[in-house]
Amino acid sequence: MKISKKVDKMQPSGIRAFFDLVLGMKDVISLGVGEPDFTTPWPIREAGISSLEEGFTSYTSNKGLYKLRLSVSRYLRNRYGVEYCPDEEILITVGVSEAMDLALRTIINPNDKILIPTPNYVSYGPLTELAGGLPVYIDTQKTGFKLTPGELERHIDDKTKGIIFNYPCNPTGISYSRKELSQINKVLLKNKIICLSDEIYADLTYDFEHVSFPSLPGAKENVVYFNGFSKSYAMTGWRVGYACGPKEIIAGMTKIHQYTIMCVSITSQMAACEALHAGKGFVEKMKREYARRREFVIDGLNSMGLTCHKPQGAFYAFPSIKKTGLRSLDFAQKLLKDEKVAVVPGTAFGVEFEDYIRISYASSFDNLKEALRRMGAFLKK
Amino acid sequence: MDEILEVLEKDARTSPEDIARMLKKKPKDIKEKIKKYEKDGVILKYKAVLNKDLVHDEESRLRALIEVNIIPQKDVGFDKIAERIYSFPEVSSCYLISGTYDLLVVVEGKNIHTVSSFVAEKLSCLENVRGTTTHFLLKKYKEDGVILKHKEENKRIAISY
Repeated sequence: MKISKKVDKMQPSGIRAFFDLVLGMKDVISLGVGEPDFTTPWPIREAGISSLEEGFTSYTSNKGLYKLRLSVSRYLRNRYGVEYCPDEEILITVGVSEAMDLALRTIINPNDKILIPTPNYVSYGPLTELAGGLPVYIDTQKTGFKLTPGELERHIDDKTKGIIFNYPCNPTGISYSRKELSQINKVLLKNKIICLSDEIYADLTYDFEHVSFPSLPGAKENVVYFNGFSKSYAMTGWRVGYACGPKEIIAGMTKIHQYTIMCVSITSQMAACEALHAGKGFVEKMKREYARRREFVIDGLNSMGLTCHKPQGAFYAFPSIKKTGLRSLDFAQKLLKDEKVAVVPGTAFGVEFEDYIRISYASSFDNLKEALRRMGAFLKK
Repeated sequence: MDEILEVLEKDARTSPEDIARMLKKKPKDIKEKIKKYEKDGVILKYKAVLNKDLVHDEESRLRALIEVNIIPQKDVGFDKIAERIYSFPEVSSCYLISGTYDLLVVVEGKNIHTVSSFVAEKLSCLENVRGTTTHFLLKKYKEDGVILKHKEENKRIAISY
């Protein structure tokens, strides 16, 4: 059976086979997990259960429960001082993944270019291509995994429509200060480039207060802001996220959303309301725990010679494996076979990252300690 | 709360060296701080949390919660009589509380007879004890923040983006 050329040429990740290898093995310590090792806090789970008991089993408005959009609006006002109207400027989606797909399909005309700083989360490129756009990758390796205004400007031409900007970043954990963001914002405004700002890890920022892109001077009308409940509230399986932006873009996204998804599961939306209502204390506690693991893991990696930029957020480290002379997939396979530790090869996040691996510290302290011990032993061989 | 205490409260076996790496401090400083917490009585002791339902031996204990009504004494209030009660080795916890009675006393004994005889022969006979109500514990679900169940399996898939 012939499938469409567009889908046919989508990268079937070479890493899939490695993932299957990991899933088939027993007693592996996995540092390859992109989700919190906590279970959703009980009050949030309980809100989901109660909603089922009370008979909330129907569709909701396409845009999502008004109550949830209102809570999101209030949260963003209180946290960042940004005003989004719950009626026209907020859409509840099936995680940030869906929201990003909708936004790209809404803004892209055929062959419009979308800038993607690398290393980057895996879906950005394929989603851009599916929407008919051309991804333009900006390698940030030489600038400490940070996008600089100069590099940004160098990649812009008259076909550039937008940029997908993710901070704190998966896979590097790198984030940006207000000053750095302001400089990037100026370049984007000057060149009329839409910023798709994926801030899903915002609540897990350790060294400074996270600055939200739409809160920058003059930025709001030029930004689609993405966030969700998966990482901050350990709610990955509930699949709830949201997008906020100019009403024309949100209206466009809502049109696609109503035909493909209709609406997010009502149970998940009810639970998400509770998360915004009562989850703050939990987020703070979890963040302190991640911050301690971060110090431990970065220190461990650096002292075994896998040098690593200090991540400012999320729960990832992106160390260099250059000194081993191994390519990233070989390193990951060998480490898995010899020491039963799973990591994600750097090439999953961009072809040029042969010298890197991604390590997730969303794992118990005992696991991290043992995994680092095994990696140390592996490197001494 | 100091993060050293937060870490130790979660896992008392965490070594000072590991805590130092987590908090980016010197191991020596962590050791000194822990010593001080021990000296000041902030850290009282280190112990394992057991699920005694799974410990099958003759030592297995029965627990009772006893509400105690007391006539307070001049000058010392409840403290003196509380001391006379909590000093019994059978008493594992003792709290002064608000409401319809005064002390909540947790007692452990070999069986129903030992607990009853402690209440009848020792506790109730104390001067100033006006009355007691004894509740025997039938099943423990959660204790000191720990749910007494086998650890749930990790349900995450082993690798994801």
